[in-house]
Amino acid sequence: MNVGSGKKSSWFVRGTILVVCLIWLFPALGVLVTSFRTGIDANSTGWWTTLSSPFDTAQWTFDNYVTVLDSEGFSNALLNSLAVAIPATVMPITMAAFAAYAFSWMHFRGRQLLFVLVVALMVVPLQMALIPILRLYNGGAELFGLTVFPDLDLNGTFLGIWLAHTAFGLPLATYLLRNYIGSLPSSIIESAEIDGADHFTIFSRLIVPLSVPALAAFTIFQFLWVWNDLLVAYVFLGGTSDNRVVTIALQMLSGSRGQDWHLLTSAAFITMALPLLVFFMLQRYFVRGLTAGAVKG
Amino acid sequence: MTNGSEQQTTATVPANAEAGRALKLLGAVVVLVGLPLLVQWAFDFTKDRDANRFAIVGVAIVLGVLGVFALFWVMDQIVDRLPRGWRETARPYVFVGPALVVLSVFLIYPVVNTLLLSFKDRRGDSWVGLDNFEFVFTDPSMLRSLRNTSLWIVVVPALALVIGLVFATLADRLQRGESVAKSVIFLPMAISFVGAAVTFRLIYNYRPEGFGSNVGVMNAVWQGLGNDPVPWLTRQPWNNFLLMVIMVWMQTGFAMVVLSSAIKSIPEEIIEAARIDGATEWQVFRHITIPSILPTITVVTTYMVINAMKVFDIVFVMGSPENNGTEVVAERMLTWFFVRNNQGYGAAVAVVLFLAVIPVMIANVRRFRAEEAIR
Repeated sequence: MNVGSGKKSSWFVRGTILVVCLIWLFPALGVLVTSFRTGIDANSTGWWTTLSSPFDTAQWTFDNYVTVLDSEGFSNALLNSLAVAIPATVMPITMAAFAAYAFSWMHFRGRQLLFVLVVALMVVPLQMALIPILRLYNGGAELFGLTVFPDLDLNGTFLGIWLAHTAFGLPLATYLLRNYIGSLPSSIIESAEIDGADHFTIFSRLIVPLSVPALAAFTIFQFLWVWNDLLVAYVFLGGTSDNRVVTIALQMLSGSRGQDWHLLTSAAFITMALPLLVFFMLQRYFVRGLTAGAVKG
Repeated sequence: MTNGSEQQTTATVPANAEAGRALKLLGAVVVLVGLPLLVQWAFDFTKDRDANRFAIVGVAIVLGVLGVFALFWVMDQIVDRLPRGWRETARPYVFVGPALVVLSVFLIYPVVNTLLLSFKDRRGDSWVGLDNFEFVFTDPSMLRSLRNTSLWIVVVPALALVIGLVFATLADRLQRGESVAKSVIFLPMAISFVGAAVTFRLIYNYRPEGFGSNVGVMNAVWQGLGNDPVPWLTRQPWNNFLLMVIMVWMQTGFAMVVLSSAIKSIPEEIIEAARIDGATEWQVFRHITIPSILPTITVVTTYMVINAMKVFDIVFVMGSPENNGTEVVAERMLTWFFVRNNQGYGAAVAVVLFLAVIPVMIANVRRFRAEEAIR
């Protein structure tokens, strides 16, 4: 066989790759196809039966999407997901970028120690933080009779979940950005300082534009992380029809209408649409962000 | 700098400078009073149940995004108004301050608090010693979750690693279509655990005989082979492996992409030399490829072990873990804390998870730092 030649791919290599790819696509294809079938069809025959006559347009329908978006409340959930994910991405990255700049280019007492502390927090799994944060949100905290954290009633608010996601994303973001920003040539910063620019100007006019690759990679990672998150949303936003995000809505639909496959699949596809779009459009940054972000607690 | 020039102008054109200073003061007052009021209003608005949902979401996004920028800008402006000697001492703390405050309140304090709560009763009122931990290591359901999580952290990384490695090696030999093939495997990384769980629920779907035909592909094939349909997700202990398949489906792409770039960085000459010396493809793989990418394999494995330890969504969405014997540790934590309102048990489970993650995570961070240092 010509496997040994190394350059030419044998039928064995091509065949294996093709089979694995088909197996990997199969589950997602089932969701996509079922989401366009009528409820009666989807519950009486397997979705694969349509593959024999895919061009019989009478069997396809958009009604499931209309139902899910409208009466099942997914349009509201999509809005909520955006309201959670956009600020919960911008906030940690902004804070991390400022902190990373200070850790790299400013001189202050305890710089090294504080940076090590931030990196060390990467080991904390977020499960460890859920109960105390919820107690803070519901009752505040007092220390020796002094109110350290006021009872802001943050449970079920966007601000509450932003802050939680910000904290969970910060250690990794600070660490990655500090590595990137710290490796920029010092001559750039020094010459800007000589020209009389203050730190705020250097940061916003010089450092941020130069750090776009690192910022983009982490932005995609954090956005998808927040968008796909179920745990944090479940604990801090809950499942009321006003507040819930798409992952919660899908989880609840799976519980309440677990056998209505035409609705479940279109709902699932609605939650996947945006991440898939990001994946196809920004694949390069996406891979970089995910591989760098895999250590997130 | 600004202060010095200001004093000079005060001496020469006093009236003008007075007006300028008054204006600046007025501006500061407006910012200091107006901004909190605006933020307060925006925050209340996002909680208003009757308001238009689009408006709420719009205000929320603007509040969150601009709020964090405004925070840094205002603080920097305040520092600019400090006496000269203090400015550059205070400024670094403006830059790192918000991050440190958020981390202290939302990570450092909770870790300490969870540790304390794990020794307290269900409401966190009185001390109960080690009772909660005794529960964690004696309750049959908890023990099952420990067993299952142990299985998850072995099976999922092992399968994802083997499939990812084989796929990466083979894809490397494709003349064309390599990136498309890799995208297909990587694709499930983009979607949520909930979405993936629903996707596989369709595959495992079960209808008893006489309740319509089976729309789940597994039972359809099974019936096609002449058997009765099987409720796969309730068949212990095999249902655990069916859930692990979901995570393998999602994580293989990650292993594959990272391993693939490691394989590509092996110098071509070494492999060519081995081939000229008459090494078979298997020998090249076994004695050159594997040893060269061993560090990467370790990194990928630790990542996936941590992910598997914290798996929660898949089990949660699949439903009734206690009846099906599919409990995992992270899922138990949430069930006890949130569904059954027992903070002591929930905290104890979280502490156990934390203690289990720490060694892997430290190794991971170390390796990651070493890796970054080389780069």
